[in-house]
Amino acid sequence: MDYFLQTFPQQLVNGLEAGSLYALIALGYTLVYGILEMLNFAHGDVFMVGGFLAAGVAGLFVHNGVAAVPAALVVILMVAVAMGGSGLLGVGIERIAYRPLRNANRLAPLITAIGISLLLESVVQVQISPAPVLVPSNALVSQRVLQLGNVATPFTGATLFIAALLLMVALDLFVFRTRFGSAMRATAQDREAATFMGIDVDRVIVVTFLIGSALAGIGGVLYGLRFATVDFFMGYLLGIKAFTAAVIGGIGNLRGAVVGGLLLGVLESFGGGFISSQYQDAFAFLALIVVLLVRPQGLFGQPLTDRA
Amino acid sequence: MEVRYGPVPALRDVSMEIRRGEIVCLLGGNASGKSTTMKTVIGSVRPAKGSIWYDGEDITGWNTSRRVAHGIAIVPEARRIFPRLTVLENLMMGAFIRNDRAEIDSDLERVMGMFPRLKERRGQRGGTMSGGEQQMLAMARALMSRPRFLCMDEPSMGLAPVLVEQQFETIQQLNVTGITIFVVEQNATMALAIANRGYVLQSGRVVLAGTAASLLENPQMQRAYLGM
Repeated sequence: MDYFLQTFPQQLVNGLEAGSLYALIALGYTLVYGILEMLNFAHGDVFMVGGFLAAGVAGLFVHNGVAAVPAALVVILMVAVAMGGSGLLGVGIERIAYRPLRNANRLAPLITAIGISLLLESVVQVQISPAPVLVPSNALVSQRVLQLGNVATPFTGATLFIAALLLMVALDLFVFRTRFGSAMRATAQDREAATFMGIDVDRVIVVTFLIGSALAGIGGVLYGLRFATVDFFMGYLLGIKAFTAAVIGGIGNLRGAVVGGLLLGVLESFGGGFISSQYQDAFAFLALIVVLLVRPQGLFGQPLTDRA
Repeated sequence: MEVRYGPVPALRDVSMEIRRGEIVCLLGGNASGKSTTMKTVIGSVRPAKGSIWYDGEDITGWNTSRRVAHGIAIVPEARRIFPRLTVLENLMMGAFIRNDRAEIDSDLERVMGMFPRLKERRGQRGGTMSGGEQQMLAMARALMSRPRFLCMDEPSMGLAPVLVEQQFETIQQLNVTGITIFVVEQNATMALAIANRGYVLQSGRVVLAGTAASLLENPQMQRAYLGM
């Protein structure tokens, strides 16, 4: 019991940190599902590509552990390149692989998405590196460990959590407070009726992929700075967990994805910390099964797509 | 023009003309091709043969959003309200193609004056309103784009008789303000009472056409559609 009370706050912090990354990636799944009702299984690999782009930019400016230009500038460049590159990658995937299948059987885009996922992983593995690539995090950002009572977390972990939270708030404001955001929600609810309003649905879909993929891209940067390494397979498990988070929250629902992500991170952390660390990943999927049995539509029952 | 879904033509050699300032109605039974005609006009469906002209331009190749930007609006069948947007958000979607903020606000006041219920319920979600209220909202939403040509697909469907009458009165009032109206209806008596001219579709072909008065007089029409 003592052990439990002492480590509880630390496990909570660890869980929230991992969960904020799940949530950030989950938003991309849920945005696309909300509008197109398709599962973009390549999304986790878009996150991975974002991580590699960030590692590439860092590699250009950091030599022998010393940044050639101010570290802040390098980080800004990493964010810009990763968000832009991942965003464009997502838009390109939609244009080339999904749009031609928009009126096809639902299974066709799903299988295509899995194919794109494998393609991205293989290209990075063969062309860039089969082994993990180091991100010179220690030359770029503070490696200090923040301490509060008996809870400790690295500065990069806190940054990940706060940045993810700010991005999620920004996305929420965009979707619920702007005209284009209303057009996105209208398109999600009734695509044909949205065209009757003069909304260019193709443009809405492009912007949806752009936003979701750019968020995955910056997720890749935050991951790289936190763990100081990226690898071609990093989007696989993380992508599946983010997808799980989206389903737990209620796929299609933005706020559901955020809550689902944080919840999944915390559950996993508790399961791993108090029960068995070897089964840490299994707890995530156990949570999925339980939610699907008890509440198949996810915690936030009415998704964005709900046609009342 | 001809419209096909797969190999079977849904419309064959349909030719219609709607002149500025008119109310024209399109009548016919179930599966006669009324809705397909409407979808072709708004651009959800492309004709396999033939063309659509609007304001002296061939708009056959235009997508729906371009047509809406040029003054065509639709009150769709079954209303198609965005169920999880509020009444106000639904109305603002109607004005999506416009950028004149001040004018949009004054139009908002105007349509809410026409339909006071919408003003009372501006913050409520569209999907929680009654059928009659949703019909008002669909009409008001279409008006928010300031259309010159308004298409109405089965405006009387599923409404109580009192509401149907109100609905047709509103259509007439809108026509007086200069909006050209194309209305697709099952309720031939109501539609012919307000229309200048009408077309009758059967199995995808125009079988009768003429002024509202002549259609009302036509014995074939009386037997088949007017219940006389």
